[in-house]
Amino acid sequence: MKRLPSSVLPWLLLSPAMVLLIAFTHYPALATLWHSFFSTPKGVRPSVFVGLENYRLMADDPVFWQALCNNLWFALGTIPLAIALAILMALWVNEKLAGRGVLRLAYFTPTVLPMIAVANIWLFFYTPQYGLLEQITGALGLPSHNWLGNPQTVLGALMVVAVWKEAGFFMIFYLAALQQISPVLAEAAALEGASRWQYFWRVQFPLLMPTTLFVLINALINAFRLVDHIVVMTKGGPDNASSLLLYYIYEVGFAFWDSSYAAALTVVLLALLGLIALVKFRVLDRRTHYQ
Amino acid sequence: MIAPTSPFADRHRALETVSAWVLALLWLLPLLYALWTAFHPAAFATRFTLDAPLTLQNFVNAWQAAPFPRYFLNTFLLVTMILAAQLVLATLAAYAFARFTFRGSNVMFMLVLLQLMVMPDILIVENYQTMNLLGLRDTILSIGLPYFASAFGIFLLRQTFKTVPRELDEAATVEGASAWQILMQVYVPLARPIYIAFGLVSVSTHWNNFLWPLIVTNSVESRPLTVGLQVFSSTDQGVDWSIITAATLMTSAPLLLAFLLFQRQFVQSFMRAGIR
Repeated sequence: MKRLPSSVLPWLLLSPAMVLLIAFTHYPALATLWHSFFSTPKGVRPSVFVGLENYRLMADDPVFWQALCNNLWFALGTIPLAIALAILMALWVNEKLAGRGVLRLAYFTPTVLPMIAVANIWLFFYTPQYGLLEQITGALGLPSHNWLGNPQTVLGALMVVAVWKEAGFFMIFYLAALQQISPVLAEAAALEGASRWQYFWRVQFPLLMPTTLFVLINALINAFRLVDHIVVMTKGGPDNASSLLLYYIYEVGFAFWDSSYAAALTVVLLALLGLIALVKFRVLDRRTHYQ
Repeated sequence: MIAPTSPFADRHRALETVSAWVLALLWLLPLLYALWTAFHPAAFATRFTLDAPLTLQNFVNAWQAAPFPRYFLNTFLLVTMILAAQLVLATLAAYAFARFTFRGSNVMFMLVLLQLMVMPDILIVENYQTMNLLGLRDTILSIGLPYFASAFGIFLLRQTFKTVPRELDEAATVEGASAWQILMQVYVPLARPIYIAFGLVSVSTHWNNFLWPLIVTNSVESRPLTVGLQVFSSTDQGVDWSIITAATLMTSAPLLLAFLLFQRQFVQSFMRAGIR
């Protein structure tokens, strides 16, 4: 029987996946950095080395700063709420509430629906004059409001959609974690006279910590990645009030065709994700190692 | 699955049940609205009265207004292609990581894990240029290619393969089985639940993916459902909510139906995929 030397075989097994990973993740990440130091080729003018020019432009670009700020607010506004709701949902569907199966189904449904599809429906909810929200506020005698047309409310309206989309997904991880907690603990706590509330804060919540950290990382990455609903609902408007970093990259790269400025913007996004990765590997993985 | 009855005094049980249901209704609201509007004539799209007549005309109109059969075919081809490639590539790579000690394996594994943070969705500008260079732009292959090597899949399978007892592996080697035979006859069958879990996650992810396909496709022949729906609902003059919701439901129907039928497996597979 013919055998390959044992050092060749693993590389052979690994190479198809590695080639594709390098081609579509590592190479483009490095090429993005490289291209961010050049100008965008336009017509007969070829691309030339411009050093930090793109970054200087970026520092003076109010839309960039707004998109970055919006993105940070978006993360700050959606993540804690989505996580809190996810824990609440998981606690509920872990108990024997009436209709538990239906509840689980209801909470999880947004996860399997395409964001692009449900964004159309949310668009209707927010439509002025005859949208659903408008009909409700109208019936209550409240003044009419253009939720997506107003720079003050547009980001908040989009955050609601993101929380709605993500809470049920995170619920699954909490549900899995809750079911790993031995029921003996609950019995012991109840015997000691602890309330449901105390049991949650003193026992369940600390035990859910590794899950929370895992969910938090996923939520952070998603906050910088999910822009489908923006394409459908606002196109970053009005006045860039709902533009997020990735959406701005998309706009610069594929509406203005300024690929080198888009590359510089992507470098910022990569740096942010790198920061998240660093925190994850340095801090979180060490702390959750006991799992 | 354990179904615990709370040992605590249930003073708030009723209140909890009601709140849970209110939240559930809120969560289902977009879907309920879509169902209402899609199955009623346009005149009732924003008027909710009980005597509104039912109709399937909106689906007929939507179906005829855009090449949905083609979009369905494209999406079906896309998710099948991605899943097949991911399963093969991830199995091979995971096997290499789980059962071989070779120099550089740690570095390679770190390189794989990087993709969990930096997904191809972010690198749209550079990947678009690569597709241009390869002459693949506006093909179904170009939508799928960046996702063929899945770090998540490799990671998940590696963890699973590592739990396979070494004795099984050694016994098979003594019997004269090749590495390939051991993989196919020992590891792959034992990891079946993980394959199902990963498959469900992958299919639903790529059925729903939007930004990258939007960028890289521009013709009916390659557009998946999500992009087709967007083109359809934004070129329409004067928003016809009845037809848009009908198209929206059609686009999500296969996943939604699968989800309703296999709810248990779906939820469990997401759990399994999440905790390992």
